[in-house]
Parts: sequence; C-alpha cells; structure tokens
Amino acid sequence: MTVVTFVQHDGSERMVDGDVGLSLMETALKHDVPGIDADCGGGAICGTCHCFVEVSGDLPAPDSQETAMLGLRPDRAENSRLACQIVLAEGMADIKVRLPEFQM
Amino acid sequence: MDAPAVKAAPDYSALPLSELDISDPRMFQFDYWHGLFARLREESPVHFQSDSPAGPFWSVSRYEDIVAIECDTETFSSEPAISIIDPEPDMILKMFIAMDPPQHDDQRRAVHHVVAPRNLKEFEALIRRRTVEVLDALPENEPFDWVTLVSRDLTTKMLATLFDYPWDERNNLTEWSDMFTNDERITAGEGLKREVIIEHITACLQRFTELWHERKGDGGEAFDLIRMLQADPNTANMVDDPLTYMGNIMLLIVGGNDTTRNSMSGGVVFLNQFPQEMEKVRANPDLIPSMVSEIIRYQTPLPHMRRTATRDTEFRGQRIRQNDKVLLWYVSGNYDAAAIERPNDFWIDRPNVRGHLSFGAGIHRCMGNRLAEMQLRILWEEALRRFKTIELAGEAERTCNLFIRGFTRLPVRVTRF
Ligand code: HEM
Ligand code: FES
Repeated sequence: MTVVTFVQHDGSERMVDGDVGLSLMETALKHDVPGIDADCGGGAICGTCHCFVEVSGDLPAPDSQETAMLGLRPDRAENSRLACQIVLAEGMADIKVRLPEFQM
Repeated sequence: MDAPAVKAAPDYSALPLSELDISDPRMFQFDYWHGLFARLREESPVHFQSDSPAGPFWSVSRYEDIVAIECDTETFSSEPAISIIDPEPDMILKMFIAMDPPQHDDQRRAVHHVVAPRNLKEFEALIRRRTVEVLDALPENEPFDWVTLVSRDLTTKMLATLFDYPWDERNNLTEWSDMFTNDERITAGEGLKREVIIEHITACLQRFTELWHERKGDGGEAFDLIRMLQADPNTANMVDDPLTYMGNIMLLIVGGNDTTRNSMSGGVVFLNQFPQEMEKVRANPDLIPSMVSEIIRYQTPLPHMRRTATRDTEFRGQRIRQNDKVLLWYVSGNYDAAAIERPNDFWIDRPNVRGHLSFGAGIHRCMGNRLAEMQLRILWEEALRRFKTIELAGEAERTCNLFIRGFTRLPVRVTRF
C-alpha cells in the first residue's frame, strides 16, 4: 500500500493510506486534508489542486494539458504537479507532497 | 420607467435549424434562451449560423465539447478577440485574455498576484466595511432597485477600493466598463458606436496614466492594484507600453464589474424562485460559499467566449475552417444535463458545485474567480445577518447584450431583524 504524506504550508503533516485508483487530489478530499480546492473535480482544467512532490518513486510525466495549467502558476517549481493527475497504482512507492499557501 | 414590451420567444422547437438566430441578444433580455440551447445541445451541438450582425459563427453548446475546445488552444485561439466582434485596428489593447501561450502565460503570471488569495485577505476587511455601509443605508419595507442601490453601487465601490481610485470620481470606472461591452453590434443596435468607445478608452488611459505617475515613488504601501504593478519587477515599467497597461487595467475593470454585479442581482432572484434554498442557507450559513458557486453557475454572467480556428479542422463531424469564429456557450454547458445533475434546479449544496463553466476552463479560466467569490460571500453573509426578508417587489428587467447576462432593474423589498 502506498502511504501518502501531505505537508501543509505551515509545515504540519498528515499521513494517510492511499487507495489504488484514487488520485492524490481524491485521497486528500477523502481524508479531509485541507489545502486542495479541486474546483473542476479532476479534469486538469482549473489548476486548483497544485502541489509540490517532495518524495516519490518514478511517476508518469505530466501530459500537455497538465503542463499548460502548471505554466500559469506564479509559484511553479520544478516539482510542481496537479494532484488530480497523479493516480495511485499497485505497488507504487510512498509519496510526500507539499501544498502551496493558497490555491488560485 | 415603463417596462419594455416583452418580445415573444420564437418557437424554437418548430423552426428549421438553419433559421435559429443565436446572435439575438433579446433572448437574454426576455430570458427565453433555454429552449434555443436545449435544441442545439440535442440536435446540432456544433452549429453554424451563416449570417449575423457580426458575421458568420459557430456555436458549441455541450459542456464536454466546450471543455475540449478550451483545452486545444493551438487549434482554437483566443486571438485576435474573445468577443464576436473583431478588435479595431487603430486601438488594439493588449489583453492576455486575448492572447495564446506563451505570451498569455507570461502576462498572466505577472499580474496574477494582484488578485492572489494573500492580497484578498488584506482587502476582505475593507470590502466588508463597504458592504455593510451599503446594506445599512437601504430603505426598509419599501421597494427599491437592488441593481442601483446594491449591485451597482457595491461593485463600483469595490473597484474603486481595489484601484484606490479617487473616491468622488469612482463612477467613471463603472461607466468605462459598461461602455466597453456596449457595442451596437451585440446589443440589437442599442449600444455605442466604436468612435465613442475609443474616446472613452482614451480618457480612461489618460486618468490611469496620471495615477501611475502620482503614485510612482511616493512611498505609499503597495496596497492597490496600481502600486502592486509598480512594486513587481515584471510589471514595474508597464506604463511605458500604454496598450499593455491599458489592456490590463481594462481587463481588471471589465472582468470584475458586470460579472460580479449581475451575480449579486441574480442571487436575489434565485433565492426568491427557490424559497426552500433560502431556508437551507438561513438554517446553515456555512452553506454560503457553496451557494455563491451555485449562484455563479445559475447566472452565468458571461454567456459565451469566442475562439478562432487557426486552421481547417474537423470537430464532432463538422468542418470548421481557418479563421472561423467559434462561440463557446458556457450558459448552455452550465445547463447541460449530461454534465450537471438536475441543471434547472437552483441547488445550493449540489455535489461538485464548483464544477461549472461560468469561469471558463483551462488556461484562461477566470483569474479573478477567488475575488468574485469573496465579494459575493461577504454580501450574503452580511445580508442574511441583517435582513429578515429579501423579497422581489416587481418585474426584473434584463440586459440586452449578447455578451452579458444581467439585470438593469430589480425591484426588491427588505425587512430587518
Ligand atoms: C462572477 C464573476 C466573474 C465571472 C463569471 C467571470 C468570468 C470569466 C470567464 C468566463 C473568463 C474566461 C475567458 C476566456 O476563457 O476567454 C474570465 C477570465 C478572466 N477574468 Fe473573470 N469573471 C468574473 C470575475 C472576475 C473578477 C472579479 C476579475 C478581476 C479582477 C476577473 C478577471 C479576469 C481576468 C483577468 C481574466 C483573463 C484570464 C486569462 O485569460 O487567463 N474576473 N472570467
Ligand atoms: S482538480 Fe482541477 S486541475 Fe486538478
């Protein structure tokens, strides 16, 4: 099972058990982890599930739509991803993501 | 003022598809657009109209198709314009809303911080104070026009607050914004000629250039939008490029004006049409943020945006040609039962309430959406706290404009606790 750690902007951490098939965005919502708005519900068309991946195994690279949305963020970093586009798979390594101060 | 004579809706179910007129703003003025878009979604979701005051154009009416086109910015460009009217060659304001990547992304990133949530927190107390003043001055138990006394007044004051614009000149902001979207070609001939619009834009540029120079280096805190632009290295010299400076100022004025204003009016109408939703939010004010999203869906203040095909292409079996205008009808997508459960219900705690198209989708998704939501949230927090009843007291009058769904008059009566 993949353990997902969400780090809030203030540094506080929450570790939850991930379910195969759920995205990181859905995992956060399922466990009431704040800091992800997910306006569009996972379609990569709102950009309000921005996160920074701190620790992970190999992840599939962002597709062109995700890359386009990340390109708008003033706070974009090398490890920026949309949490709705990272889906937990069987045997995936544990993953730790930091959330931005605000979604926008 | 006499109410306008209501024009009867065409019988949309009987007309041949080729005779449907999707360019007549009276469908919004007299609120009979539902039947038109229901027919299009069903029978001709990617629909060509060969003639209109602004030329031929395509209409895309299904939620899913609108999103698909928004995401294909290479084929469906935001240049040269996002309204059906092409820009005037002698006055092309540089607005990133009408640009494609990478230029769009660079410009948007440069000004995004002015409406970023951190700044909104600073504005919140000020906006709340203005809202309270406006609501406390309303007459009790006698009909008044909610559009004039609340929606218009409040959005004007909020714009003035955001720009720290000279208070006694603040009505300029609303006038400039109104004229910008009031072209005669999308208002059934009732709007302004382009020469007049250009005169207004020039006056606006002049005033904002003066304000820029007055503020530059005066040591004031970067608390208003002009100073924020000055404080950021990416935009510190924006005034030297007047078409870019004016483009951004106009975009912030127009973007945040009648959209928010009309949502402020729409909320009153919907809560009166659906009294059980009013009861719900009274019983549980924590629903206000969710209700705000539902108001914005139900109103859809910008019924469409335009894209332009960069090449010949086929979309859902239709052959769209290079340079064709393609209108994305958010107002239709927001009422598409294939994407939105029970779309005709105003349902303040519906699932996935934020998943509407009123802010668009993809890279142009509204930059000011958090600001708009905050303004509406504050309005409803303060209104529900003070008013025991907020009732319609007469017929609403609606805007005659293809680009704007809104209200020109809304008689309302309130009583206080
Ligand atoms: C309920 C209120 C509002 C609605 C319904 C609304 C709607 C929209 C829509 C549909 C777009 C997408 C344009 C496109 O795809 O071509 C947009 C973009 C934009 N809006 Fe709003 N808006 C609202 C409030 C505001 C406010 C308060 C501001 C201002 C400060 C604002 C500023 C902008 C800007 C700057 C863009 C351009 C974004 C881009 O092209 O990347 N809007 N808005
Ligand atoms: S939830 Fe909208 S982009 Fe991820």
